[in-house]
Amino acid sequence: MTLALYVPRASAVHRLPAGLKLLCLAVLAVALFALPTITAAGAALAGVLAVGLLVARLPVAVLARQARAVRWWLLALLVVHALTTDLLTGAHVALRLLTLVLAAAVVTATTRVSEMVAVVETVCAPLRLVGVRPARVGLAITLALRFIPVLTERADRIRAAQAARGGSPRGVRALRTTIAPLLVQVLQMAHDVSEALDARGADVEPPRAAWRRS
Amino acid sequence: MKTRDLAYIALFAAIIAVLGTLPAINVGPVPITAQTLGVMLAGSVLGARRGFLAVLLFLVLVAVGLPLLASGAGGLAPFAGASAGYLYSWPVAAAVIGWLTERTWGRYNVVVGTLVNVVGGIIVIYAVGVPVLKAVAGLSWHTALWSGAAVFVPGDLVKAFVAAAIADVVRRSYPVIERPRRAVGAR
Repeated sequence: MTLALYVPRASAVHRLPAGLKLLCLAVLAVALFALPTITAAGAALAGVLAVGLLVARLPVAVLARQARAVRWWLLALLVVHALTTDLLTGAHVALRLLTLVLAAAVVTATTRVSEMVAVVETVCAPLRLVGVRPARVGLAITLALRFIPVLTERADRIRAAQAARGGSPRGVRALRTTIAPLLVQVLQMAHDVSEALDARGADVEPPRAAWRRS
Repeated sequence: MKTRDLAYIALFAAIIAVLGTLPAINVGPVPITAQTLGVMLAGSVLGARRGFLAVLLFLVLVAVGLPLLASGAGGLAPFAGASAGYLYSWPVAAAVIGWLTERTWGRYNVVVGTLVNVVGGIIVIYAVGVPVLKAVAGLSWHTALWSGAAVFVPGDLVKAFVAAAIADVVRRSYPVIERPRRAVGAR
């Protein structure tokens, strides 16, 4: 099961630190709302496309897929604004939304999931003060990623078992009769995994400083 | 937080992700998906704190670039779009559902559970989602309510009931929420 939206390329955009790319994205979002003119939004869109397609050399399809995901929204925005205010405002709002979505897509396609997880751990570092351990956040992310294929496999097994007994319910009933036993199974599994982790020392806070002989 | 709680949180984040792969029913711009079912389940099986964290973890997974949302969307784009408010409301919804479930734990059944899920999973989600939709998309209240809430309510009612039925089965066979403090003290 390949999950990530990451597109490997040897480009300057790919090499930028993930934290910096996220910061740029946040600045762009603020700037787009602070400069409410259609030319600013158009220039930003051109800039995002130039960075994504020319500098990072992403395939057009990657950006097109994200644009396609919001195409009905954009259309609805245009129509509603054309009816209530005017077409120009609608075009501006739609352009701004498209720019932000594509900029986010560029950041996502040029940054590995592992780098993003590292950023999350760094961002979580100040939360140490309220008792959050950044390493535990990383562990939770890793666990969730591992559980996804396990869940699909267990769900398939339950469905196969039900089909073998002659009953394969459909619709809403299928949700109930599949998910309830699945949940009980995987809750037990998660408990076993946590005991295995604890047995290997996952609940022990690593020492702050290196042990020194003196 | 114990490692067990961490594993449960990761598990429900994964469950919400897997529910996103179920076929979605398309009605206009926002599809009806099974993912809010996962949000309701996280609250009503894990309780407020862990349910909240499970949904938050799921959103972190989406934000770091995994295409886990029902439409196959992922990365940071969905958090900037017009339907972003719904995403932000999910952890709150799980927390409210979890809190109410913990309060009604002693007499939890399908009817109580459905009511809890309606309050947390429908009212809370639209209370956050619709104003954000209105602001980002620049719609009027009327259009925002109609295109952002009314079409989904029938499906949401079904999901509230299904989530309560599942949570009731899990409560009787593998309860995760602790008993109320009085009962613990009496042991």
